[in-house]
Amino acid sequence: MSVIEKERLVVIGNGMAGVRTLEELLKISPDLYDITVFGAEPYGNYNRIMLSPVLAGEKTIDDIMLNDDDWYDDNNVTLHKGKTVTRIDRRRKTVSSSDGLCVPYDRLILATGSKPVILPIPGADLPGVITFRDVHDVDLMIESAAHKAKAVVIGGGLLGLEAANGLVKRGMDVTVIHLVDTLMERQLDTQAGLLLQTSLEERGLKFLMGTATAAILGTTGVEGVSFKDGTSLEADIVVMAVGIQPNTSLAESVGVHCERGIVVNDTLQTYDPLIYAVGECVQHRNEVYGLVAPLFEQAKVCANHLAHKGFATYHGSMTSTKLKVTGIDLFSAGDFESGRGKEEIVLGDPGGGRYKKLVIKEDRLVGAVLYGDTVDSAWYFQLLRDQTDISEIRDQLMFGEARLGDSGHGGVNSAAAMSDHTEVCGCNGVCKGEIVASIEENKLTTLDEVRAHTKASSSCGSCTGIVEQLLAAAIGGDYSLTPKESPLCPCTDYTHDIVRNTILNQGLKTIPEVMRFLEWREPDGCPKCRPALNYYLLCASPDTYVDDARSRFVNERVHANIQKDGTYSVIPRIWGGDTSAADLRAIAEVAEKFNIPTVKITGGQRIALFGVRKEDLPAVWRDLNKAGMVSGHAYGKALRTVKTCVGSQWCRFGTQDSTSMGIDIERMTWGAGTPHKFKIAVSGCPRNCAEATIKDFGVVAVDSGWELHIGGNGGIKVRATDLLCKVSTDAEVKEYCGAFMQIYREEGHYLERTAPYIERVGLAYLKRRIVEDSVGRVELFKRFLFSQTFAQIDPWAEDETPAAEFQPLGLKEPVDA
Amino acid sequence: MSDWIDVCDLEDVPLLGSRVLKTGTIDIAVFRTSTNEVYALENKCPHKGGPLSEGLVHGKQVTCPLHSRVLNLDNGTVVAPDVGCVRTFATRVNEGRIKLKVTDKG
Ligand code: SRM
Ligand SMILES: Cc1cc2nc3c(=O)[nH]c(=O)nc-3n(C[C@H](O)[C@H](O)[C@H](O)COP(=O)(O)OP(=O)(O)OC[C@H]3O[C@@H](n4cnc5c(N)ncnc54)[C@H](O)[C@@H]3O)c2cc1C
Ligand code: SF4
Ligand code: FES
Repeated sequence: MSVIEKERLVVIGNGMAGVRTLEELLKISPDLYDITVFGAEPYGNYNRIMLSPVLAGEKTIDDIMLNDDDWYDDNNVTLHKGKTVTRIDRRRKTVSSSDGLCVPYDRLILATGSKPVILPIPGADLPGVITFRDVHDVDLMIESAAHKAKAVVIGGGLLGLEAANGLVKRGMDVTVIHLVDTLMERQLDTQAGLLLQTSLEERGLKFLMGTATAAILGTTGVEGVSFKDGTSLEADIVVMAVGIQPNTSLAESVGVHCERGIVVNDTLQTYDPLIYAVGECVQHRNEVYGLVAPLFEQAKVCANHLAHKGFATYHGSMTSTKLKVTGIDLFSAGDFESGRGKEEIVLGDPGGGRYKKLVIKEDRLVGAVLYGDTVDSAWYFQLLRDQTDISEIRDQLMFGEARLGDSGHGGVNSAAAMSDHTEVCGCNGVCKGEIVASIEENKLTTLDEVRAHTKASSSCGSCTGIVEQLLAAAIGGDYSLTPKESPLCPCTDYTHDIVRNTILNQGLKTIPEVMRFLEWREPDGCPKCRPALNYYLLCASPDTYVDDARSRFVNERVHANIQKDGTYSVIPRIWGGDTSAADLRAIAEVAEKFNIPTVKITGGQRIALFGVRKEDLPAVWRDLNKAGMVSGHAYGKALRTVKTCVGSQWCRFGTQDSTSMGIDIERMTWGAGTPHKFKIAVSGCPRNCAEATIKDFGVVAVDSGWELHIGGNGGIKVRATDLLCKVSTDAEVKEYCGAFMQIYREEGHYLERTAPYIERVGLAYLKRRIVEDSVGRVELFKRFLFSQTFAQIDPWAEDETPAAEFQPLGLKEPVDA
Repeated sequence: MSDWIDVCDLEDVPLLGSRVLKTGTIDIAVFRTSTNEVYALENKCPHKGGPLSEGLVHGKQVTCPLHSRVLNLDNGTVVAPDVGCVRTFATRVNEGRIKLKVTDKG
């Protein structure tokens, strides 16, 4: 019997990043590798960020263990606890630990984290000088607090303050020394820093601000601290929390390229492609991170690459900070300093212990500092990350999401009012939609279950309140949600974007291929994913993809709209709404011939025949076709109608011939499949009788040319368009129109209309791609026209659906069922 | 009555699709799954009578085209949290022909 040798994967560093990478890997490819982990610390894997609550006496070490020994056993992972790797032999591909153990690898992950910075001052090596990084440090601090009185904490950043708070809670007299005048100055502005200082002082912390430490005093142990201004302070212990430094020494010693951190590419590989690096030891696109959210994102990508999938890439993270001092609500993200081109909205209520500052640049939120009231932190963070245009909601922005009139959720609690893709758990990147879907799908009823299924609230815990609200809303209230963002549907964990990119990068050509490659859970998929995949594949290869009719909703299969009684409506195209006596006569004849009960002018300026029997559909189309009419696609995720007004042909105010423009545009764009329906209108003057400013693409004539508007929606939630630009020629109108449709076709998520698409990607982005980048615009337009050469085939004229299918099966003799 | 009635060729029903059989009294939707299993359900969604034959077939289920209730093809029940049930009829495929028992399955 031959045993196939598995590849060997070795991980150096049993911390948060290394083990999370393994978890992600085991989730997607459990049997690919023989895995060995080296950890310098003598424990399983624990949640480092919860050391602060442990120090404060709010949690125990047991509470914060993430993976105990059993986990390693269950997953066949060999863990060498308490063993430090001191050598890597890249030629022989082995790693060795200080005690002589040597293990070979095929692939290696460096996850060595960071080292606390030790100030190079006299006395820094005295017993009693403690850093704040691991369980050992926390044990030392708890020990000291039990029989020592005075502590000095050097550093008023996140770690220093959490250490100081913990020591105060353990009864010590604590003074925090900070070099500048503002606490956490990298996350807070002066106002918020002062508020924080005041409330920490109320809790018994003391501060020496603007003070530089000169030396640590003592002979056999810490006795005090002296400062550059000549003063000094007594102390029994000193906690040094002045910063962290990526732990790159091992990598550097074996020639793996390091700068500030170990340099990695977008798949988390170092300059030696067999060696990956994740977590705080890493430098990616010039950034090093000191928080968990980025490393969780890195872990996903690294695992994807290790599993030989290789379609995920890491593009860097935007981070936010919350301070874990119970009772203090503080949030900070982005760039909060004032400066040129930036505007600030500030709400200060020092008496009420509240402060909010939002920094805006070019109609986007670029920074937020919240103190005392952090309910809306997730929402602001979302606006920031998505670079949403906030000009419309600017006057309400400060008061939070619940105050937005048109979110239409008045009276519902704040969690319920969040959109599905608002990130709730920043640590693990879990969105509201995922949490709600998991609660519903897995019938979860407790916080712990939600943590187990989604990982939300399982790291720093600052989103626990929101998760609990979601749980309450989902199991208590009668309010149903359709998860919009990731994942695409319950058959997969991948998002629309990942699926789409994978189709392109891997050159996948059919629905079964996509499902196989991405390991779909259901072999046939479901009514959500099949139409989406069919669309994505069609958009990717308009020339070669063979449409899968069985993955289309009935309307698109029979080119008519199903009605409540099982009959259909048929709407022929009437270019630009401009009809003729001959066309009207033809429609009238069809209506009479097939006994069609209702003939109605639609809201889209067309004529609809309602109540057509399925078996009559082919004949109805044939007659309309003969009279020169093609399908209006009123059933399709496709171009619907181009609505026009009469314009300069007749109207005394008309500045341009809007009807002809509408007809031309409809002739150019008809047949185009889009992620959701797509509507266009052209008005002849700013009176805008064609209502162009609530269409996906709206054209309004002005004296000097045409205004182009995008992203309008007149449906469930009205959204007026954004002005894209002004152009002067007819040819430009068509080029911009085609380019916009194409970018939406390529980037819109299936069933996402242009309004939410624009809010997702931002108007500035679209202006850049379509207005500023003229080369790119022409390319988009070309791709649009190319795909139109395959799309502009009238489905009614095609005989692709065998007419037999429209006929019911009969029996020779009726039977009584 | 327990006779099997002859309906059509297996190939007359599209893969992942369905055809309607008019019996004179009720309409029966005959489905064919991706693995060539054949099921027959009364063509009337228990919700508001939607024609199940026009729904999307996936696994052993069909999703009603009107309001997206999901029904199990093998027993005609509506998938929770929704409720309801339609009549099902026994089917078999014999030498490429679909046969159906027009009395209730059980
Ligand atoms: C026929 C028509 C109503 C009419 O009698 O006038 C109509 C009929 C339907 N609309 Fe509409 N809409 C019609 C114009 C509109 C308009 C007005 C317009 O196009 O100028 C709107 C608002 C504008 C917009 O879309 O932004 C409109 C917004 C909707 C929406 C909401 C879309 C949204 O994004 O919010 C839906 C639901 C959906 O698509 O998911 C919808 C869905 C539907 C469906 C297809 C519902 C369905 O899936 O069965 C209706 C089919 C009825 C049937 O039995 O065939 N219809 N619908 C209009 C056809 C226009 C045409 O000639 O093509
Ligand atoms: C007290 C505290 C509070 C924090 N609070 C927050 C917070 O609220 N929010 C937040 O986002 N982040 C917080 N952080 C930061 C967060 O914990 C880190 O970003 C995260 O732990 C980094 O993970 P890592 O795997 O890169 O490093 P680590 O978790 O430090 O893991 C690295 C591991 O590698 C081991 N190792 C190093 N070299 C070797 C070697 N040669 N051989 C074997 N093993 C080795 C180390 O012993 C260590 O166990 C906090 C950190 C601390 C210390
Ligand atoms: S508004 Fe549209 S979807 Fe609603 S009933 Fe009228 S036609 Fe149907
Ligand atoms: S009629 Fe079938 S779901 Fe409503």
